[in-house]
Amino acid sequence: MTINDQRTSRRRFLQGAGGLALSASPLALPFAFAQPAPLKVGLMLPYTGTYASLGNAITNAFKLYVAEKGGKLAGRDIEYVVLDDESEPAKAVDNANRIVNRDKVDVLVGTVHSGVQAGMVKVVRESGVLSIIPNAGFGAATGQLCAPNIFRTSFSNWQTIHALGKVMWEKGHKTCAWITHKYAAGEEMFGGFRQGYEKVGGKIVKDLWLPFPNVEFQALLTEIAAAKPDAVACFFAGGAAVKFVKDYDAAGLKAKIPLYGNGFLTDGTLQAQGASAQGILTTLHYADSLEIPKDKEFRLNYAKAYKLQPDVYAVQGYDAAQLLDIGLKAVKGDVKAAKAMFAAMEGVTIDSPRGKWKMSRAHNPIQDSYLRQVVGEQNKYVSVAWKALEDPAPGCRMLA
Amino acid sequence: MDPVIFLIQVLNGVQYGLLLFLVASGLTLIFGILGIINLAHGSFYMVGAYLAFSLTERLGSFWLALAAGVVLAVLLGMALEWLVMRFLYQRDHLYQVLLTYGLILIFEELRSLVWGDDVHGVQVPQLLDFSIPLTDTLSYQVYRLAMSAICLAIAAGMYWLIQKTRLGMMIRAGSFNRDMAQSLGIDIALLYRAVFALGVALAALAGMLAAPVSSVFPGMGNQVLIISFVVVVIGGIGSVKGAFVAAILIGLADTFGKVLVPQIAAMVVYLLMAAVLLWRPQGIFGRA
Repeated sequence: MTINDQRTSRRRFLQGAGGLALSASPLALPFAFAQPAPLKVGLMLPYTGTYASLGNAITNAFKLYVAEKGGKLAGRDIEYVVLDDESEPAKAVDNANRIVNRDKVDVLVGTVHSGVQAGMVKVVRESGVLSIIPNAGFGAATGQLCAPNIFRTSFSNWQTIHALGKVMWEKGHKTCAWITHKYAAGEEMFGGFRQGYEKVGGKIVKDLWLPFPNVEFQALLTEIAAAKPDAVACFFAGGAAVKFVKDYDAAGLKAKIPLYGNGFLTDGTLQAQGASAQGILTTLHYADSLEIPKDKEFRLNYAKAYKLQPDVYAVQGYDAAQLLDIGLKAVKGDVKAAKAMFAAMEGVTIDSPRGKWKMSRAHNPIQDSYLRQVVGEQNKYVSVAWKALEDPAPGCRMLA
Repeated sequence: MDPVIFLIQVLNGVQYGLLLFLVASGLTLIFGILGIINLAHGSFYMVGAYLAFSLTERLGSFWLALAAGVVLAVLLGMALEWLVMRFLYQRDHLYQVLLTYGLILIFEELRSLVWGDDVHGVQVPQLLDFSIPLTDTLSYQVYRLAMSAICLAIAAGMYWLIQKTRLGMMIRAGSFNRDMAQSLGIDIALLYRAVFALGVALAALAGMLAAPVSSVFPGMGNQVLIISFVVVVIGGIGSVKGAFVAAILIGLADTFGKVLVPQIAAMVVYLLMAAVLLWRPQGIFGRA
């Protein structure tokens, strides 16, 4: 088993640049490969900053799958080329170019942040290299900008919240207010929610937006209190989600106007949210205490390997490795046979810890959306909110 | 807008403004008296919030944590001043920006090592953990009101310290003319160390007070840094009184911006800054 970590951080790059200056002779490369070179897997993910824990969870689970297969996929050794994208959209194109065109990876796995993903999509569409998205929900990646070489094992933003409207309507909430940050992901979430809620007859009486990443919610909470909707739907994640849930409760709104959201509102944040989050209903494609044997096995193995509980991001990373394995097996590890490899990955059913899902023609999972409720520090599975939910992939030419 | 809702929004704006004042007052002190552009100010705010998180858990009481945190912040401030800041007083602003930017990176990395990258929450102290109903749907958290009261008390305390005490007189003298103050027998090195430590303590205190209503998360300092600079610039560099007025103005502008013109809410504060600077380039209470 030869797994080489080659982390291209700024620091390493500087060290490398220094080293290069010392031995700048092109003849100083004594090696030749006797056997087929290992498969180069590029991991372009955030390893610093707000999303560092997500990048690590994806990496851990990806490597867990490879380790389960004896360190090889389709008979080929794996060499990782790791690059920290810092969730920095301004550096996305440069970073993607570096890993795709200079390091010449055979497959690019990444990333978390939708803005960075937009830059990566541009680069991989030009180069044609296989690209697997393990998180970013940026709709266009499997919509308007969909491409034969771009696959996603996570979700589209639309998909995470589309089922919520139906859930709220069935609970008897005829009107609601919407609140989120004003940026691309927030708008995609709003679109997905509105479509679902208005279709069943719900009315959005107020949509509230605050500049990203501002977290002073008081003014808008006051607006919600004045508008008196039956319920509130929202999209917030991470630190903003913690603060919003706590502020919503402290403003006395939680008991009077129930709060709903997609799963990011209460995922990985429950310890910090404490009592304020109890009972909140959310939708997402993963949940705690799912009665799925594959999930139990995955959770056990992950916990054993990393002394950590896996989360939805780990599941998505694990499935990215599963998907790659399926593609490679179909062409016996020869990534040059791209067409056959992509064909094998399209329409395939992945036996995921989240439950079985199918790869759509736009290359996004067709998956169940679960309704979950916060109980203690768990997002407990309640029911299937929407069976086999498929992103409509507006503008994707591969659907034609 | 319904008058009751309008009044609540004013309250929201003032309350946010008071917290901003607490962060920005330390920045304007360090800027105005020591002449240092301290980009690491947001990091002190973050350190404060994380200290509140750890110390509340260890000591079991938010108020004890607050007291211990302020002491630690003062020590941190003195150590930093002795280690690096004192070499910067005579230097160009560019060196100060470089060094304090470096401090941001160091503090972020230390935070990651010590506390990890998770989001944390701090319990509101039990004594204040209830809300007063304002309308039939909306209540106001008493802790928020208490926080505003503390900020007001600190503002009054700072006014008294700077205008009415001997130490304040020395601080003012030192900011006007460093060399003259020194030749009159004032120990400038010690004075500057005290002022820097005070600035750090104010930022950390703001972070600690905000921790229960905000959350504690990586990069939280950078969010307050920019808005603090806006407060300092609008108020007039080095003017504590200016920082107070500017902070309240910004609190109100931010609140009503979000409600009345949500499409450009992110710009409102900066439009206000541009307007003030056109009218008074040195800031509202700045020395020309």
